[in-house]
Amino acid sequence: MRNPRTGWLLLSPTLIVLIIFGFLPFLYVLFVGFNEWNIFAAEDGMRFNGLDNFRRLVFDDDFLNSVGLTAKFAVFAIASEVVLGFLLAQMLTRNFPGKSLFRIIHTFPLMVAPIAVGAIWRLLVIPGFGPVPFLLDRWFDIEYLIGTYPDQALLTSVIMDVWHWTPFVTLTMLAGLSSIPKEPVEQAKVDGANRFQVFWYVTLPFLRPVLLTTIFIRIMDAIRTVDEVSMLAGGGPGTRFTGIYIWRVVFPRTDYGYGSSISIITLYLTIVLCWLLFIGISGQGKDEVE
Amino acid sequence: MSQSAAQRFRKLVGTYAFWVFMTLLTLIPIWWMFVVSMRSRVELFARPNLAISRIFLENYSNVLGDSSFQRYMSNSLLISTCNALLVMVLALLATYALSRYKLVGKDNIFFWLITNRMAPPAAFLLPLFLMFTRSFRIGDWTLFDTQLGLILLYCVFNLPFAIWLLKGVVDGIPIELDDAAMIDGAGLWGVLRHVIVPLAAPGLAVTAILSWIFAWNEYLFAANLTSVQARTITTALAEFVTVTGTNWGELAAMSMLTLIPSAIIVIFAQRYIVMGLTFGAVKE
Repeated sequence: MRNPRTGWLLLSPTLIVLIIFGFLPFLYVLFVGFNEWNIFAAEDGMRFNGLDNFRRLVFDDDFLNSVGLTAKFAVFAIASEVVLGFLLAQMLTRNFPGKSLFRIIHTFPLMVAPIAVGAIWRLLVIPGFGPVPFLLDRWFDIEYLIGTYPDQALLTSVIMDVWHWTPFVTLTMLAGLSSIPKEPVEQAKVDGANRFQVFWYVTLPFLRPVLLTTIFIRIMDAIRTVDEVSMLAGGGPGTRFTGIYIWRVVFPRTDYGYGSSISIITLYLTIVLCWLLFIGISGQGKDEVE
Repeated sequence: MSQSAAQRFRKLVGTYAFWVFMTLLTLIPIWWMFVVSMRSRVELFARPNLAISRIFLENYSNVLGDSSFQRYMSNSLLISTCNALLVMVLALLATYALSRYKLVGKDNIFFWLITNRMAPPAAFLLPLFLMFTRSFRIGDWTLFDTQLGLILLYCVFNLPFAIWLLKGVVDGIPIELDDAAMIDGAGLWGVLRHVIVPLAAPGLAVTAILSWIFAWNEYLFAANLTSVQARTITTALAEFVTVTGTNWGELAAMSMLTLIPSAIIVIFAQRYIVMGLTFGAVKE
């Protein structure tokens, strides 16, 4: 009754769009990654140079730093978002008057364009008229200059990301929490489990797939963050993440070959990381079926 | 399990205190942007404070009166809406295929679909630029600087997300319902229309909403693959930051204006967003 050919037919528009606008550019980037190609170079056009680009990036301190910074940024931001999002979702499972109003307000940041998020936070922290440097200086005597101190810039980016994306985590967690069956939780309580035990042995296993999926999506998007951070800090110290570094190599420096090879490696690292999470998600599903 | 009234009251106060605090944290940055949008250039550099001293609408009237702003806004609306609809339809068909048919290597196809969202955008701009300006050319017409180009391109990061979201929803619909409808004589379209679409409605709604928002918010591709005709509102925002000085008041005013459409959508679609966001990770 179900002819695979019909299935392929249904899948084909999606495949065609993604092959044209996703896979072909990928092949091109892959190809350019093995070439030396710089618009400003003395000789014109591409020159095949094998693995030179990849050899170069292993010793490129700027690139390695950018990977380290991206990792730091992703770990701090995503960990805070998951913890905070879970707590907020937990709070939202209770009923109290005005709950939906609070929830709607809490989802607002999710709807703001990354570039506008960057603008908002830049307005908050800009030396001269931003309230954050002013208040930090006045109340805590802290000199706050994101253009000068890399740690402050990184921390500000993390806080901005947490502000922007925690609502997303809250919503997915809420969807996950509200579909956990009541009985096991009640049963555990009857058996004398305390709150932490209920959370650890009942809620968390049920929530694991949602949790991993959410982390997957956040990792995927955090690694390719460009807009908001470059708007916030203009690519200053402490925020030179891989996405922004690629941008700098490809555009102001027009070093297409090298930029492409960095992209390929970054994409590869992202895929490996996400593949591991993906196995975690679908592996869980298989256990339940059996 | 009975609680005294005092206990319950204390708990309620705690809940409200917490949420009011969270709400302030959420709103202060947006409020500050609003404050900036209501100030003239001179007032901005006075001592920072979070109060609005007077109604100053010049920033808004400047932005709204600008004819390119109107074009940007209508482009953004058109592109986001068409993209959301296209993504919803394509994702529904693809998800149905992945969920119901025995296709060779479909797990790998599914993961490959998702990897399309992971590509770091900067390096992919060049091949896309070449493709838009050279490969898709009919006479004088190219895909560069057209709304159609962005509508199709945004599928690359919206479709993976949409298919992932819908996969769980469609997998959750018992296949017996399809079979029953087929026995009653429904064809493929009949099954899709009368079984899948009604049951997957919350998931479809949230797919469309999130696709709409992602498309509305996209900046990098829009900035580099359009020049005049098809520019979107986010590119206009970035244009305010110039080497010679940034017009913060108008930037803030325009940012406020870009929030309005998404805010409206979120308020009306709140219910679906929570219902539809399980990514099929929840097995019932």
